[in-house]
Amino acid sequence: MLKHHLFWPLTVLFALLLFNFLYSPDFFSIQIRDGHLYGSLIDILYYGTPLILVSLGMTLVIATKGIDLSVGSVMAISGTMACLIISKGDNQSLLSLVLIAVGVSLVLALILGLWNGLLVSVIGIQPIIATLILMVAGRGIAQLIADGQIITLSSTTYKYIGSGALLMLPFSIFITLAVLIIASMLTRKTALGLFIESVGGNPTASRLAGIRARAVMLAVYMFCGLCAGIAGLIVTSNVSSADGNNAGLWYELDAILAVVIGGTSLNGGRFYLTGTLIGALIIQTLTTTIYMVGVSPETTLVVKAFVVLIVCLIQSESFRKTFSQLWASRKYRTGEEVKRHA
Amino acid sequence: MLKRQYLPVVVTVSLFVMMFALGSFRYTGFLSTQVFLNLLIDNAFLLIVAVGMTFVIISGGIDLSVGSVIALTTMVSATLIQNGWSPAVVIPLVLIMGASFGWVMGAIIHYFKIQPFIVTLAGMFLARGLCSVINIYTITIDNAFYVRMAQTKVGLPGNNVISISVLIAVSVVLIGIYLAHYTRFGRNTYAIGGNEQSALLMGLPVARTKILVYAFSGLCSALAGVVFTFYMLSGYGLHAMGMELDAIAAVVIGGTLLTGGVGYVAGTVFGVLIQGVIQTIISFEGTLSTWWTKIVIGLLLFLFIVLQRLLSTRRSMNH
Repeated sequence: MLKHHLFWPLTVLFALLLFNFLYSPDFFSIQIRDGHLYGSLIDILYYGTPLILVSLGMTLVIATKGIDLSVGSVMAISGTMACLIISKGDNQSLLSLVLIAVGVSLVLALILGLWNGLLVSVIGIQPIIATLILMVAGRGIAQLIADGQIITLSSTTYKYIGSGALLMLPFSIFITLAVLIIASMLTRKTALGLFIESVGGNPTASRLAGIRARAVMLAVYMFCGLCAGIAGLIVTSNVSSADGNNAGLWYELDAILAVVIGGTSLNGGRFYLTGTLIGALIIQTLTTTIYMVGVSPETTLVVKAFVVLIVCLIQSESFRKTFSQLWASRKYRTGEEVKRHA
Repeated sequence: MLKRQYLPVVVTVSLFVMMFALGSFRYTGFLSTQVFLNLLIDNAFLLIVAVGMTFVIISGGIDLSVGSVIALTTMVSATLIQNGWSPAVVIPLVLIMGASFGWVMGAIIHYFKIQPFIVTLAGMFLARGLCSVINIYTITIDNAFYVRMAQTKVGLPGNNVISISVLIAVSVVLIGIYLAHYTRFGRNTYAIGGNEQSALLMGLPVARTKILVYAFSGLCSALAGVVFTFYMLSGYGLHAMGMELDAIAAVVIGGTLLTGGVGYVAGTVFGVLIQGVIQTIISFEGTLSTWWTKIVIGLLLFLFIVLQRLLSTRRSMNH
């Protein structure tokens, strides 16, 4: 059981939840108010949805040994685009208008993902650098779309995406769940997952084995863009406004963190979608906990820094070797001592 | 005949000259020594950070922590100064702090073989987080020494002035050029960036050089933080947000290959100046908004990376 890839992430999550429970016993209480479920656990799920979505896309990108730094900017662009289209309408709550806005921004997010994918797979630029371009320029594009303004909406239909309720639960949870299920079906029930892992393991070898490495990479970056696009819609719909400068800020880092905590190695070749889900939940729970304890929210960054470092050290081959050598040599020495005395 | 390895630098320099010429034709009062010197005054801290970043990228790594180390430096300096410490103690202290921060990151990167990207990302989180642990508000500095450093103007012939920060930045650039091309440390850095395995087999001190490169970048960031404190006269945890991207962009536009092994500190200077010119042109234009800076820099990044890519594929085909 210790060897299972979900063991450590789950342990950390439970430890965090246990701490919360000891700190405030009504942490787990869930109430029904106005036909909705309320409670800290629901809040963690609810506020965690954008991060979970972005991290799911990021998982597949990292599985191909890539990375996508532009997700935060893509979130800002898609959210701003949707808000802009809706704000131009006469009746902002018109369903067809909202659907068009959502459609256009998701297509835009796909195109941005395609751009990243082309740079990485066709031109052959390192992923960090290729996506850095969109990360830098993307915030500018988002502000260009919004003309530097913060667009505010009064559309109840659009607000439903981020803060509506279905079956007593926030609607965004269902969107996330759908994406998670579709992604796991596609990667685990078809050969696509295997292709992604093999491209991450060795792109040349997989091309020689007959896998279209370029197409797989393009698809993965497009999926990541799409996920970021949906997350951008949720974030902007949640507050009914789009701020090109701040929407989705720091998400790329949190998403990478969630993926790494979930057990997916940055060296590519293997990925765990459920691990990522738990990783994202850990980060959200951590944030909630820090708010609850009453420490300033920026302190989360210090905790996150140590979490990243520890997880990476555990994953690092040479770190484990150093430690097992220490352990082995100590054992050897005591054995020697016993022999000498005997 | 122009050597191919100089091509990106030549492109950068001509681009800078072209942009400056364009500005001079379009706007009255653009073509003056003072406008050029203002580029240096406003970007002194970026120049210092970018010199450190150049070494890191030449060695084949990347340092994402520089912006937050600047913020941490301003925060620590401001707190200590306002508590009555002398600048003569505070400045060396923050410099040592920055260098050791980089040293620790370098050691983790080298000994535990974790990607530089993720280690310096953790460093970035840590430094920003520590800022907010110290204080979440802006701390204003009214120490006489800092105020004097901020306000002193050094006169140049022809009625032009520069700030003390520029003098610091220019000396850092000169030291950087000396380190890169005239010392063993510099040559080792190039060798590691070219091929770490070969460098190791040649018996070069890979571990020491690699760790020193990150320590140097940390030192540069801390120095940039000190200069930034002179510029802003305050300490704040959100200072220099996104500075790491500006620095990386400057280095790339300056012609340093992101794969390591090729690059010039002098190119980086022009990378910084190009960013400055873009900002100046946008402010002279008046009607253009600031976000155009980001888009233009993104475009330039794209062009230079594709150029690098083309150069490196042609080189590998020649072999």
